[in-house]
Amino acid sequence: SSGINAEWPLRPGLTEDSYNSFILLQDKLHQNIGRERSLVSIGTHDLDTIQGPFKYHALPPPEIKFQPLNQDTVMTAPQMFDIFRKNYLKPYLQIIESSPVYPLITDVNGTVLSLPPVINGNHSKISLSTRNIFIEVTAKDRKKAGIVLDTICGAFSEYCTTPHTIEAVEIVQADGSTFSSPKMGSRIEEYDSAELCLKSGIKTATPEQLADLLTKMCLRASVAGEKLKVEIGPTRHDILHQCDVEEDIAIAYGYNNIPQVLPDLYTIAVEQDVNKLSDSVREELARCGFTEVLTFSLCSRDDVSVNLRIPEAVGGAVQISNPKTFEFQVVRTTLLPGMLKTASCNRNMPLPLKLFEVSDIVVKDTLTETGTKNYRYVCALFAGKTSGFEVVHGLLDRVMLMLDVKDYHIQQTSDPMFFPGRGADIILGTKKIGHLGILHPEVLEKFDVTLPCSVLEFNLDPFV
Amino acid sequence: MSLDLQVLNHLASEKELDTLQYAKENSIDHQKLIGAIKSLLALPGEYIKAEQKQISSWVLTNEGEDFMKNGSYEYNLYNSVPKDGILQKDLMKLPNSKIGFSKAMTLGWIKMDKKHENGPTIFRAVEETTDVVKDVLSNIQSKNPVPDKSVQDLKKRKLISSSVTKFYSVSKGEGFRTDIEKPEADLTADMLQDGTWKSKNFKDYNFTAKGAPVVGGCLHPLLKVRTEFRRIFLDMGFTEMPTNQFVENGFWNFDALFQPQQHPARDAHDTFFISDPQMTPKEAFPPGYLEKVIEVHEKGGYGSTGYNYDWKIEEAQKNILRTHTTAVSTRMLYKLGQQEKFVPTKLFSIDRVFRNETLDATHLAEFHQIEGLIADRNLSLGHLIGVLHAFFKKLGLEKLKFKPAYNPYTEPSMEIFSYHPGLKKWVEVGNSGIFRPEMLLPMGLPRDVNVIAWGLSLERPTMIKYGINNIRELIGPKVNLNMVQANPICRLDKN
Repeated sequence: SSGINAEWPLRPGLTEDSYNSFILLQDKLHQNIGRERSLVSIGTHDLDTIQGPFKYHALPPPEIKFQPLNQDTVMTAPQMFDIFRKNYLKPYLQIIESSPVYPLITDVNGTVLSLPPVINGNHSKISLSTRNIFIEVTAKDRKKAGIVLDTICGAFSEYCTTPHTIEAVEIVQADGSTFSSPKMGSRIEEYDSAELCLKSGIKTATPEQLADLLTKMCLRASVAGEKLKVEIGPTRHDILHQCDVEEDIAIAYGYNNIPQVLPDLYTIAVEQDVNKLSDSVREELARCGFTEVLTFSLCSRDDVSVNLRIPEAVGGAVQISNPKTFEFQVVRTTLLPGMLKTASCNRNMPLPLKLFEVSDIVVKDTLTETGTKNYRYVCALFAGKTSGFEVVHGLLDRVMLMLDVKDYHIQQTSDPMFFPGRGADIILGTKKIGHLGILHPEVLEKFDVTLPCSVLEFNLDPFV
Repeated sequence: MSLDLQVLNHLASEKELDTLQYAKENSIDHQKLIGAIKSLLALPGEYIKAEQKQISSWVLTNEGEDFMKNGSYEYNLYNSVPKDGILQKDLMKLPNSKIGFSKAMTLGWIKMDKKHENGPTIFRAVEETTDVVKDVLSNIQSKNPVPDKSVQDLKKRKLISSSVTKFYSVSKGEGFRTDIEKPEADLTADMLQDGTWKSKNFKDYNFTAKGAPVVGGCLHPLLKVRTEFRRIFLDMGFTEMPTNQFVENGFWNFDALFQPQQHPARDAHDTFFISDPQMTPKEAFPPGYLEKVIEVHEKGGYGSTGYNYDWKIEEAQKNILRTHTTAVSTRMLYKLGQQEKFVPTKLFSIDRVFRNETLDATHLAEFHQIEGLIADRNLSLGHLIGVLHAFFKKLGLEKLKFKPAYNPYTEPSMEIFSYHPGLKKWVEVGNSGIFRPEMLLPMGLPRDVNVIAWGLSLERPTMIKYGINNIRELIGPKVNLNMVQANPICRLDKN
C-alpha cells in the first residue's frame, strides 16, 4: 500500500494548514541546517506562473530588476536591499552584499524566481490555489542542500496527486555534466541483531520484534538470518551510525519500559584537593562571622583596573570579543569588584558588613594550552563605621592558623588601591600571594560604597 | 514614706486594712491607695492578701448637683410666686416651670385660681416652706441616713444614681515583710558566690518574646546545595574532575564531542568568544588524535557516515568561555582512552559554564552545571536509568519518566522528568544520554565501552527548593544578605 490515510484531504493541493506548515518547515530548515541561510537557502514557486528551463547565474546588482515578494513595484537589487536593511531580511544581506555579482534564478523568459538567499520574486509566489510547486535549493554545502531538498520533498509529497511522487529536475552543471535532483535515495544497512539491542538495554527482544520496532519508526526493517536489514530513506539523514538506529529501537520500545539495573562497578571516590580545601576554608571563614557571597565571573574592564586605581591591570585580563554589555567585557582577575558591588547593594544591612568569597579568577598565561589560567582566590571584606583593618588582619592570621601555616608575614605596600600607609602584601616564605588593606576612598567612590572598607585577598593554590 | 510601705507598716501592727476606711482616715486618694495595693500584689512572693469587695452608694447626678447649687425647681418656682399671685402664663415662662409647677402643686405649696378675672392665676398656698429635696440630697451627699421612700423618689426623678465602689480588704500574706525587695532579673555569679540566690525574688521571664538574635557568619545557599550534590556523587563512588579552567577551545568544547563546526551552538550569539588570547596554538592538540577527529567529522569511519563537510582548524583553535563542563569530561575520557589498560571509571563535576544567550528572570550569562558519567563495558540505557533513579532518589525524587531528546554528542538521549511532591507536578530535572561512538572511538576507548552521562543545572533545583523566582536573587551582588543568613540547612531529600 502507498500508506494513504483515508482521513487525509482527498483533494490534492494545499490547505491553509498545510500551506502554513510548508512555510514553517522552510523557516526551520533555514535557521538550523541552513545556518540562518548562510549555508543553504530555499525558494519555492508556483510552477504554473513560470516556464523552464531555469537558469542559476549571477549579475551585477544594478542589472537585477524585479518585483520582490510582498512589494508593489519592480526595483533594482540595490533599491530593494535598502528597504530590506530596515526589516527582518537585514541579517541575510551580508551573506552576499560584498560580492560584485548577486546570485539569481530566472526562467526561460527572464522572469526572476529568486535572489538567493535573500528574497523570492512576487511573480511566482505560492498561494492556496497553487497546484504545481517548483523547489530550488541553493547552498555552499552540497550535502546539506541535498538533505534540505529531500526533507521538503519527503514531508510534502503526500499532498501530491499521486501521493509521495514528485517530478525530478535535470541539472546541467557549469562543466556540462548533468545529474538528477532530488536524490531521494535510500540505502540498506545491515546490523547484527544481537548487538542492536545491547545499548538500549532491552535484551529480551527477538530479531523479529526489533524489525517491528524499527519499521514503526519509519526505518523499514527485515530479518536476514542473524542480521537485520534496515532501509534508511531520504527523510532519515539523521542516521549516521548504528547508535542512531539503536536510539530509534529504544524510543519505539518506550524508554519507560526499559528495565532499570545498577552498574556493577565498585569505585572509590577521590575529590579534587583544591575543592576540598576551598570548602574547609569557606567553613572557617563562616565560623569567624563572615557571610558568603557568590558573584559573577564576568565584569567590565574598568572594574579590574581603573576602578581599583590600577589601570595597567587590564592587560592581564582575558577579554571577551562579543560582549552584549560592558558587564561582560573581561573575566575577573580579582574577586574585589563583586565584593564591593555586593556591599553597595546591601546598604540596609546592620553594620559592620563582613563578607567573603572563595572562587576562581582567570588571568592570561602564555605557558598554558589556551593561554589562560584559573586561580582559586580567597577574598574577605569588612565595611563599617570604621575601616576594620585590624579585623581583616586578624582574619588573615586566623585563616593561616587554620591552614597550619607559620611561614608568612605581611609587609607594607604602596599599592595605589589602598589608603596611603594602610596596605600590605602577604608574603608566604618569600613569595607574595596576596594583599590586605584599607581601600582608597576613590575606589569606594567608583563602586558607590559609602563606608570605609578593609579587604583581604590571597591565592589559595599554594596551600593545596 | 511611699504608700506601699505605709500599707505594709500598717499591716505590721494592725491585722487588717480596709482601703476605703484607711483612705478616709488618712486623707489619701482612694484610687492612689488601690494602685499601691495592686503594685504590692504584683510583687513575687505573697507580701499581702487582698480581698476585693464592693459597696453600693448613692451619688448625685448632674441634675442633683444642680439642685444642690441652685435649689430645686419646685422651691424656686414657689419663691417666684408673689404675695399677690401671678398669672399662670407668666409663671410658666420661668425655666423648668413645668416640672416645678407640677411638683409644687403636688406638695400643696401653691394653688391655682382658674376663674380669676385676669386669667388663671397662681397663689401661694402656704406661707413658707423648705426645699425638702435639696435637704435630702444634702444628707445623701454627706452620707447621712435617709429614709428609703425619699431615696426612691429622688431615684425616680433621676437626681441620684447608684454607684458601686470597689475596695479591698487587705491582710498579711505568706511572704509578708515590711520592706520591699526589688525582684531580680537574672541569676548572677555574685549571687552564687554569696548564696543570696536562695533568698532573692526573681522577676517572671517573658517566654513569649524571641531570644537575643545570634549574629554569625554563614554559607551561600547555592553553595550549600552544591555541597549536597558533591556529597551525593562522592557517596556513589564518583571521582571529581578538575574543572578549574573557564577558558576552553573549540576543539575540546565542540569538535572532540563530534559536534559539527556548522552547528548553531557555535555561533556568536550562543557562545562567548575570547578576543585576547584569541586562539589555542594547533600544536596543543594531540597530533594523532587531531587527525582522527578531523577524519570522523569529514569522512566518517568507526561505522559512521560522518558529516561530510570541510573541517577548519581555525574553528577548533578559537578560544571560548566553556559552554558546558562536558569539555572537561571529554578531556578526561581522552586520557582514559590513551591508557594502556582500560579501567572503568565514574566521574563528576560541578562548576561554572557560560552562555551568551538572552537574559531573563531565570537565565544568566553564567551558571553552574552538574555532570556525572560512568565509563564501563556494555553499559546500556537500562544502566543509565538505574543510576538516575539512585541519584535522584537522594534528592527525594522517586518517580522518574524519560522522554526522547537530542544532543549532538549523545545518542540515545533522554530528558529526565520527575514528579515533584511539593509542587505536585512533573518537572524536567535533567538531560542524559550515551556518548556517540564517533566521539569515543577516536579517543582509543575499546569498542564495547559505553559512556553514560547526565547533567542538570545547580541553580534550577535550588530555585525550586527555596521558592526563588528571579535568579538574580540567588547569585550576584543584588542578593539580599538577610536571605543568605536566614537560609536553612540544606536537606535535598526532604521537601
